[in-house]
Amino acid sequence: MRSKKISHMIQYGIVYLVVIFGAITFLIPLVWMFVTSLKIPAQIYVYPPEWIPNPVKWGNYLQVLTFFPFFRYLLNTLYITSLNVVGVLVSCSLVAYGITHIRWPGRNIIFILVISVLIMPYVVTLIPLYLMYHRLGWIGSYKPLWVSSFFGVWAFHTFLLRQFFLAIPQELSNAAKIDGCSEFRIYWNIVLPLSKPALFAVALFEFLWTWNDFLMPLVYLTNQKMYTLSLGLAFFQGTHDTAVNLLMGASSLVTIPVLILFFFAQRSFIEGITLTGLKG
Amino acid sequence: MKFSKVGKLKMANMRNGLLFVSPFLIGFAVFYLYPFIATFYYSFTSHNLLGASRWIGVLNYEELFIQDDLFTTSLYNTFYYAALFIPLSLVVGLIIALFLNTNIKGKSLFRAIYFLPSIIPFVAMGMLWVWILNSRYGIINETLRALRLPAPRWFSDPNWSKPGYVIMSIWASGQTMIILLAGLTGVPRQLYEVAELDGANWLHKIIHITLPLLTPAILFILIINLIGSFQIFTRAYVMTDGAPANSTLFYSLYLYRVSFRYFRLGYGSAMAWILFVIVFTLAWSLFKSSARWVYYGREEG
Repeated sequence: MRSKKISHMIQYGIVYLVVIFGAITFLIPLVWMFVTSLKIPAQIYVYPPEWIPNPVKWGNYLQVLTFFPFFRYLLNTLYITSLNVVGVLVSCSLVAYGITHIRWPGRNIIFILVISVLIMPYVVTLIPLYLMYHRLGWIGSYKPLWVSSFFGVWAFHTFLLRQFFLAIPQELSNAAKIDGCSEFRIYWNIVLPLSKPALFAVALFEFLWTWNDFLMPLVYLTNQKMYTLSLGLAFFQGTHDTAVNLLMGASSLVTIPVLILFFFAQRSFIEGITLTGLKG
Repeated sequence: MKFSKVGKLKMANMRNGLLFVSPFLIGFAVFYLYPFIATFYYSFTSHNLLGASRWIGVLNYEELFIQDDLFTTSLYNTFYYAALFIPLSLVVGLIIALFLNTNIKGKSLFRAIYFLPSIIPFVAMGMLWVWILNSRYGIINETLRALRLPAPRWFSDPNWSKPGYVIMSIWASGQTMIILLAGLTGVPRQLYEVAELDGANWLHKIIHITLPLLTPAILFILIINLIGSFQIFTRAYVMTDGAPANSTLFYSLYLYRVSFRYFRLGYGSAMAWILFVIVFTLAWSLFKSSARWVYYGREEG
């Protein structure tokens, strides 16, 4: 009995060791980014690598800010991001409600269309959309970066919300219908308030994707003053290729807001992904 | 009387249903159906944004398959990357998920740490990894040298550049791990207990209980990772832009160059269409094959 207990403890010890070692390995790249961003050039190219910047040069960030208009890019990014978040929250929740809580013949077809959008490679639609926006005179404006989000085509969100709405009992909306409630009121007063966690997850994912998106700003934005953080960062790299510490500083600036968001909302991120991974 | 009431309800449901999905119907037509068909049409033209587009038949496809070495290279690079990344990320994700699915303390903290890299903006991630895999001063090579192991030249060596991308992508594939972990928590404990009574060891349990029950999650992961890895673009653009010796010229990167640097939109459309056929065929055959290896014996919930 006792030897069994000991072997059990050894097993757990191994599990902890592996998990902790792995976690440190996964964290090192990020730590290295921050560490490098605080070093002076003389300390960067040394062997063996030094883990503690000496001196800690916060001034690097001031230098980054003179070349990299972080706050302007931040505002641009926030502008696009918030429009996209509002767009998908409104439109995708309507569509998801329409295919879960209303019984009508076309709803399965719509669901199949949603799935087909989900697996469609973006390059297939890229060129015609570019030409369409070109004809509309939208190239160089923010419109190509947010208008589509108001049309419920970001299928991932619709899919996520569908999974959540399916778990809300139909009896609730049926009872409300008998009481003379309109579909829209059921959607607005019953289903949406019950779905706050899912809506929050949708908002998070959309925020993250717009924040991280590179291709769309690259294709559609022409004026440097309108750049997003991601695009601005790539542009910064093009002009200051050699100074690794500054490059890591700029990268940290772009990453930190995302990390803060993750710190406060990691449970929602993980639950959102779990929800889409389950069969439905 | 009753019949007409039911009929009325049906009509109302139909109307409401259409009303609720109407944004999607419009959006689908404008942002997917039309572009989807238009890409196919443009692929038979020589569209270059300024000049008028001219119908040239299958000339774009002919050029792609017969003359364009870069097209073949980009296709090869992308298949190479996908063939390495898809199985490896699954195995790594599975190992992490199995370790996290034990009774360890601080499980949610570890889960968050392993997931964290996947949310880093691609542009920043790219710059970070160019630095980490720097052949002289990168921490990975410094570590390898300290362990007396050979240190590859990563993004300076055509043979090691794609593995470099794969390592970075595995680091950032926390989504895979989360989905597998969710699948693992759905495996009923009793199954393991029964197996233990029959004298099964941990390996038996993984092969005969865990893996079969995880197959639906694995199918889902394979499909999303397949679609994702054929579209790798942002990091390729900011990290190596195809170098060295076109060894990281991935398909989407070449498509972008053709379309938005040379403005050969017809040619780019042909490339887009080919990518669609490839991804669709692969995803479809994966899905078709799932009848043979995915276990649907028990639904969740």
